[in-house]
Amino acid sequence: MGRFWWWRRIPLALLMLVRQPVRLLVALAGISFAGILMFMQLGFRDGLFDASVTVHRLFDADIVLISPRSTSSVSMAGFPRRRLVQAMALPEVEGITPVNWNLLLWRNPETRGTRSILALGFEPGDPLFTDPTLSPKAQALTQKGRVLFDERSRPEFGPVAAWFRDGRIVESEIAGKRVRVAGLISLGTSFGADGNLLTSSETYRDLLPNTPPGSIEVGLIRLQDDADPQVAVKRLSDLLPEDVTVLTKQGFIDFEQNYWKTGTSIGFIFTLGAAMGFVVGCVIVYQVLYSDVSDHLPEYATLMAMGYRLITLLGVVVREGLLLALFGYLPAYAAGQGLYLLVRNTTQLPVAMDFSRALTVFTMILIMCMASAGLAMRRLVDADPAEIF
Amino acid sequence: MTRPLSPSAFSPTGGSPTVDIEGLSHWYGRREMRRQVLQQVSLRIEPGEVVLLTGPSGCGKTTLLTLIGALRQVQEGDLRVFGEQLRGAGRGARQRLRRRIGMIFQGHNLLRCLSAEQNVQMGADLLPNLSYATRRGQAREWLRAVGLEDHMNKLPHDLSGGQKQRVAIARALAAQPQLLLADEPTAALDSTTGREVVELLRRLAREQACSVLMVTHDPRILDLADRLVRMEDGRLYAAEG
Repeated sequence: MGRFWWWRRIPLALLMLVRQPVRLLVALAGISFAGILMFMQLGFRDGLFDASVTVHRLFDADIVLISPRSTSSVSMAGFPRRRLVQAMALPEVEGITPVNWNLLLWRNPETRGTRSILALGFEPGDPLFTDPTLSPKAQALTQKGRVLFDERSRPEFGPVAAWFRDGRIVESEIAGKRVRVAGLISLGTSFGADGNLLTSSETYRDLLPNTPPGSIEVGLIRLQDDADPQVAVKRLSDLLPEDVTVLTKQGFIDFEQNYWKTGTSIGFIFTLGAAMGFVVGCVIVYQVLYSDVSDHLPEYATLMAMGYRLITLLGVVVREGLLLALFGYLPAYAAGQGLYLLVRNTTQLPVAMDFSRALTVFTMILIMCMASAGLAMRRLVDADPAEIF
Repeated sequence: MTRPLSPSAFSPTGGSPTVDIEGLSHWYGRREMRRQVLQQVSLRIEPGEVVLLTGPSGCGKTTLLTLIGALRQVQEGDLRVFGEQLRGAGRGARQRLRRRIGMIFQGHNLLRCLSAEQNVQMGADLLPNLSYATRRGQAREWLRAVGLEDHMNKLPHDLSGGQKQRVAIARALAAQPQLLLADEPTAALDSTTGREVVELLRRLAREQACSVLMVTHDPRILDLADRLVRMEDGRLYAAEG
């Protein structure tokens, strides 16, 4: 710190910016706008990808088995249930839960229209979700023809939750079979599913009589606390035949997100939106810095005539860019937080400021300002101290 | 009225001359457009000497000044400043040399975004191995010397023409130059202020043993020179004071 004060110079870059408040405001408005645009687009993109795995995250599992033919939550293929039982052979495996997973047609009890809903079938005694409030509710599923309905399903499925809370008996039809709502759970919608319901394996087989016996779509495996999931995945892959894919829970989440990222244009659209913000920001910052350098050209030439080195003056432009990046980022960050809150409240999308996105946007703004400073510098090379006499 | 220039006998401090020019010629443009602006110019300026350079506009005065100020590449002839040959000197060498030369321009050329004190400190900042506080103190000292101690924190915008030129003088001297080049420093000033500014400049330069080469059209300040030189069509002549 002492050295800093010793070597301190006049903060030329800062003063050049601050003493021209209008230009500074235009620059900051432009950078903030670009930053907000990037925050929003990337936020939406990540939020949508995040929303595609709402249910996946809830599973009480360290390792997940799926069929290699499954491509995403909307097209899960079956595999033999005994593969899951085989997995019990590993000493570190603590427990397993076979899960049936399919999209079924739910009839809206009010309008009688049908819509596809994600149905999960499991043994009511088995742990399914990490949420401990589920298991008491699951007891109601031991009775045949009962389902637990996700209260956060879209309203198109009918006012099931409201009716249930009013104490009414809510009955509907799934695939032509009569079911009764035995309780409410709170999961949330995702890309693939507008609503969710849980039922017992027995009821599930009733609803889908064509399911081959002993076939499941998802197998949950819980490991002992001290076991390493990566190692266990390796050992299970060696142990089990090719007709199952062994994933960690994170791998299962990635598998689903990857489908939406690569198989749809959502990622592209929002990334393009963010890129637009970046380009707009570049143009504004470049304009501001270029005209700033042009306006100060005689002053830069004077400094060169006094004996300042060109590199010192280039440093002034770089510092101006850096300061613009910093000052422009802060309001963008604050506005981003506010807008995320707004989006969360209105769309239920899980959009939040996370560190990596905050860093990404800052990096983009920094690149934007540095690239503009680099281009504006070319003007400085025109400063000829011999011309100012 | 004019006679060819002979080397000056002026030498108040002795030693080698600050500026030593021998047979300096300079051209602008290329090929058919080529036009000679300086013809076989020879000039010596001794340490502490104040030389005024007059002549009609377009005769090459400013070109000579920019060449001595190491702002242009020397084309032909010998030009030594502080004993350093400038013919063939590279960018870096010229930039380092410029640090030892103070320059005062027609316009004040102050940095608009800096206060008077900060402008002067831009000059003091060129000095090596001095702490911020020292450089700042020197800047204030120089402003006091030019009589602007009450205007330290004003922006150039809020200063009068004479005050701005005084800040420019303080800035040039703050870098502790051994040679001061001034191009019509009184051009934008009224006659009284102009004379005051040049008197101040001469006094302060004397105190620093700093040589001065000043281009001027202003007849009222000619008596302040140790020596007058006149330029016509790219040639130098000694002029009667």
